[in-house]
Amino acid sequence: MKILVTVAEVATVDDEFEIDGTEIADQYLNADLNEWDDYAIEEAVQLQEGGVADEVVTVTIGPEESEQTIRQALAKGADRAIRVWDESLEGVDLLDVRAKTEILKAVVAEEEPDLILSGVQTGDDSWMATGVSLAESLDFQWSAVVNDLDHDLEDGTASVRRELEGGVEELSEVDLPAVLTIQTGINEPRYASLRGIRQAQRKPLDAKTLDDIGVDAGVVDGSLELTDMYEPESESDATVWEGSAEETAGELAEMLREKGVTA
Amino acid sequence: MTDVLAIADHRRGELRPVSYELATAGRELADETGGDLHLAVISGAVDEFGEKLAREGVDVVHTVADGEEFNHDVYVQAIEQLVDTIDPQYVLVPNSVNGLDYAPAVAGRLDLSIVTDVVDLAVDGDSLIATREMYGGKVETTTELDAGTALATIREGEWPEAEGTADASIEAFDAEIDEDAVGSTVTGFEEVAGGDVDISEADLLVSIGRGIEEEENLDLIRDLVDALDATLSSSRPIVDNGWLPANRQVGQSGKVVTPDVYIAIGISGAVQHVAGMKGSDTIVAINTDPNAPIMDIADYAIHDDLFDVVPALIEEFQ
Repeated sequence: MKILVTVAEVATVDDEFEIDGTEIADQYLNADLNEWDDYAIEEAVQLQEGGVADEVVTVTIGPEESEQTIRQALAKGADRAIRVWDESLEGVDLLDVRAKTEILKAVVAEEEPDLILSGVQTGDDSWMATGVSLAESLDFQWSAVVNDLDHDLEDGTASVRRELEGGVEELSEVDLPAVLTIQTGINEPRYASLRGIRQAQRKPLDAKTLDDIGVDAGVVDGSLELTDMYEPESESDATVWEGSAEETAGELAEMLREKGVTA
Repeated sequence: MTDVLAIADHRRGELRPVSYELATAGRELADETGGDLHLAVISGAVDEFGEKLAREGVDVVHTVADGEEFNHDVYVQAIEQLVDTIDPQYVLVPNSVNGLDYAPAVAGRLDLSIVTDVVDLAVDGDSLIATREMYGGKVETTTELDAGTALATIREGEWPEAEGTADASIEAFDAEIDEDAVGSTVTGFEEVAGGDVDISEADLLVSIGRGIEEEENLDLIRDLVDALDATLSSSRPIVDNGWLPANRQVGQSGKVVTPDVYIAIGISGAVQHVAGMKGSDTIVAINTDPNAPIMDIADYAIHDDLFDVVPALIEEFQ
């Protein structure tokens, strides 16, 4: 069985930052492996270690700079990586779900995986939609927000748990091939070992343009436009205790005692 | 095509409150487009649900009787046929776990633009203007969607629930569901938050988040819990890391708590967490980041390092 994992590089923002137009200025942004994808990679690598998967391939839509993040996925155990980028993607603020779907679909057509694992969402633009959209476009089955996957996939069915709201989980069976969107907490993502990091440098990482995978560059011109970005107005009317830790702890202790905490 | 179609959310025999929030959001949008608001409910006890959904602002309730529990393949097929019949301008879906399990597929199938997790919606001429957060709530953005039919998933808890009753017509919608296209089966449900302690019963909660950094540092928090005779709870990352069991998790996917005092230590206050504790009587936030979203709902705040404040607080109670 072959597993394809979608891996995104996301931007995290410093506590203090400035907005420039519809973007956060570069110096306040840090590149990171998307947290949800980290769990998806781990799940795929565990399936490989368990003898269920023969090959784990990652796919990323991202510029050359994202290769450092992609190497992290390889260092954690993925076998090889595909990176799709194109000059038509440069400077696009917000790539819509339809464009991501078309690009990933073309890669799936070349790779023909049995199972696709995708993070529930990205930490920056938080669409939460690409995995299910991809499944539908491929005529694959799918399951969203999976926090447990039974690794016995041999009869062509995946037994999963979906994390619903309020501490309730849904148990369901999904026919393969399928896309599962992976929730945090499904496993404990490993840290890459030094050996893994060394090996990752030698693993194949293929860069492809939209033309290479047969996708028309027009797909990038989505129907969405980011028109404004601003810091939400703080609604805080909290009483802020100031001073040394002893002083602030003293204020808090006094409030707690007034509420009847005497322990 | 000026109408709005919204899809209700239900689970295990109960409508979820977001269904009534959708009625409010849908009415606002329909007032801007000058169309009718259609609310559809799919699977389960649809006759009972249909009666309940006929609240103020709803013009038509469509009941689709196929299926018992949620199944995305049934939903996708039913919504495709509803859209064909109603020809709405906008489709609204809850940004719930189940909503996210079918909305992107509906958008793909019908070639609709999709925008997710919106907190506000407006219409400007032919465009839909959606307000949403990025970077974990650090910024808000507006996104403009071109003319054409669009689907938006709305964040739970952002619109008030529609109330009262309307003389909406309740119509049974006869969907043709192709059973061969159903590739997934729900086999059961489980409650995960059982176990030794029920955090929703506690009067005083000491709740810990990512700011604790390392598992070993939890001992410090346990000392505080003992000193205050409080109950220990946490935000999601602590449970994801396996440092505390799932029954300690406060938030959308964990427990909803309403203690007299909630002390949030090293918790930034992501919307999923806030959904589980905003009903607390008094909220104290200890966090180095004065701009953390938790400060918006805190009654008292200490902008300082928890590793300095917590030992001092323990000292106060020894």
